[in-house]
Amino acid sequence: MSAVSRVSYRTSKLISQTLKYVIAITASAIIIIPLIMAVLGGFKTNSDLQTNSYGLPTTFNFTNYTSILASSSFWQQLVNSTVIMFATSVGVVILSAMPAFVFARMSFRGRGLVFNYFTLGLLFPITVAMLPLYITLRDMQLIDSLWGIIIPQVAFGVPGSILILRNFFTAIPKELEEAAALDGCATVGFFWRILIPLARPSLAAVAVLTLVASWNAFFLPLLVLNNNALWTLPLGIMQYQGQFAQDWSKILAFVSLALIPTIILYLLAEKQIVAGLTAGAVKG
Amino acid sequence: MKPELASSQMLVALPRATARRKAKFAKLGTLTLFLLPTAAVYTIFVLLPIAKAVYYSLYKWNGLGAPTDFSGMSNFLRVLGDTAFVNAFFHNIIILILSIVTQLPIAFGLALLVNRGIRGRTVFRLLFFLPYVLSEVITGVIWNFIYRPSGGLLNSILGNLIPGFTPIGWLGNQQTVLVALFLVITWKYFGLHFLLFLAALQNVPAELEEAASIDGATRRQTILHVILPLMGSTAVLSVYLSALGSLQIFDLVWVMTTGGPVGASETMATYMYKFGFQRFSIGYGSAVAVIIFVACLVLSLIYQRITMKRDLA
Repeated sequence: MSAVSRVSYRTSKLISQTLKYVIAITASAIIIIPLIMAVLGGFKTNSDLQTNSYGLPTTFNFTNYTSILASSSFWQQLVNSTVIMFATSVGVVILSAMPAFVFARMSFRGRGLVFNYFTLGLLFPITVAMLPLYITLRDMQLIDSLWGIIIPQVAFGVPGSILILRNFFTAIPKELEEAAALDGCATVGFFWRILIPLARPSLAAVAVLTLVASWNAFFLPLLVLNNNALWTLPLGIMQYQGQFAQDWSKILAFVSLALIPTIILYLLAEKQIVAGLTAGAVKG
Repeated sequence: MKPELASSQMLVALPRATARRKAKFAKLGTLTLFLLPTAAVYTIFVLLPIAKAVYYSLYKWNGLGAPTDFSGMSNFLRVLGDTAFVNAFFHNIIILILSIVTQLPIAFGLALLVNRGIRGRTVFRLLFFLPYVLSEVITGVIWNFIYRPSGGLLNSILGNLIPGFTPIGWLGNQQTVLVALFLVITWKYFGLHFLLFLAALQNVPAELEEAASIDGATRRQTILHVILPLMGSTAVLSVYLSALGSLQIFDLVWVMTTGGPVGASETMATYMYKFGFQRFSIGYGSAVAVIIFVACLVLSLIYQRITMKRDLA
């Protein structure tokens, strides 16, 4: 390679390297700026927001945030969302780990058929089932009850989770089970004492994915929860947006506060979310 | 089940036979214990509602009492004959096509960028995926603010860049609303596809790329002829997930436009909501649900066809 071409190779390398960072940073900015705008917007007054929609607040005005934090409805919605989220997650983990174990570890006649029955649900998005689901919940008197959200969310979360967990469970070596059997550990004992502790990372992945989905759910709560004492945060945000229509600084403060739990969960559990999604993506 | 077998065994080794039968019962017990609770919840709340949707769609029913007014296919004919629904369907298709042709290349490009030879890739990955975990409601409200006609972020920026720019009501304008929505959809969902491609890229052995560069391939040639062919199954999956999401989209649209203005951003799901829940035409709304379901099913079958062919090849 001649000296000249080496230099031009180096400059072209430098250019492409710089371009890489420019693109990556621009993309990051497009993602993060709307969120920062929202948080800053919450500190502005409405007139400030009108003339100075991006840029720092002229004076930091805390009243939007403090008035929301002082209102009981915000905390009530936070509690409702949290209760639903954890109950759904526990339900999904238990009700999908058991069948996943059966499909990964036990052989019986018709196993394939039963497995297909359980995963058939992957074909049905909850949107499609919404109307009859509503009728079912109404007939069971689960309208305006947190159970009316938790149970259907568990039911719709189960098929995908069974698939993810079954793959993880199958990967646990057969020898472990044989050793356990020799030590007098029956099937159920093996499940509880050996498989579940070993499969903790995969259970965590399923749990976290369920937490996120439940926390963000909107359509089902919109239909089921009419009583505003039962509202979840997404419903609260919608109502707040309607109530304060043009009072954007208040709305942005509310949204920013609602963002915090999601971001904390994301930073704590990003690894599990990614693991679960990439494992679940094979489900098709 | 097989009495002659059991009794012959009993003659030879009675304790062993009972032990085996005991084991069989224990297994049956385990199976019941482990499968039944899930089966019950899943059947009642997932499969039965789907079956009911098909059933209700054959009736004219407002949800009160039992459906008695059988109307055959007339709900379906009315849905398909309603231009508002046909338009909604086309909006879904437009979103679907736009998603595939823009969202996926962006996701792949950024995955390629972040995969190798860049500092701070963990931070970039964390950021690019962040919108995916945010709720549709939060996303929608924030973008409502960005799009707002006066004092909104987008109009302010454009106003500063372009002299004499008149602010646009992005979501209030029939010409711009779908594109505006689509931008938010991309912002919110490209992270999933980015992640899938990133995972696939990490499975490409480094030796392959090295071999290509030793053979004198440029970076571009390597991407085109070595990496891209290995992305096949991920690309198919990505297209499938993105298409499926486009057909069912509800939350974001409802938060941002409720299908307006004048139905310009109506989707099949918002149409279903309006008829099913706001006007309580359960039969009619169910017919819409069944149509959405059939669209998703066709898509799933095509996907399965393609992946099975790939697996066999």
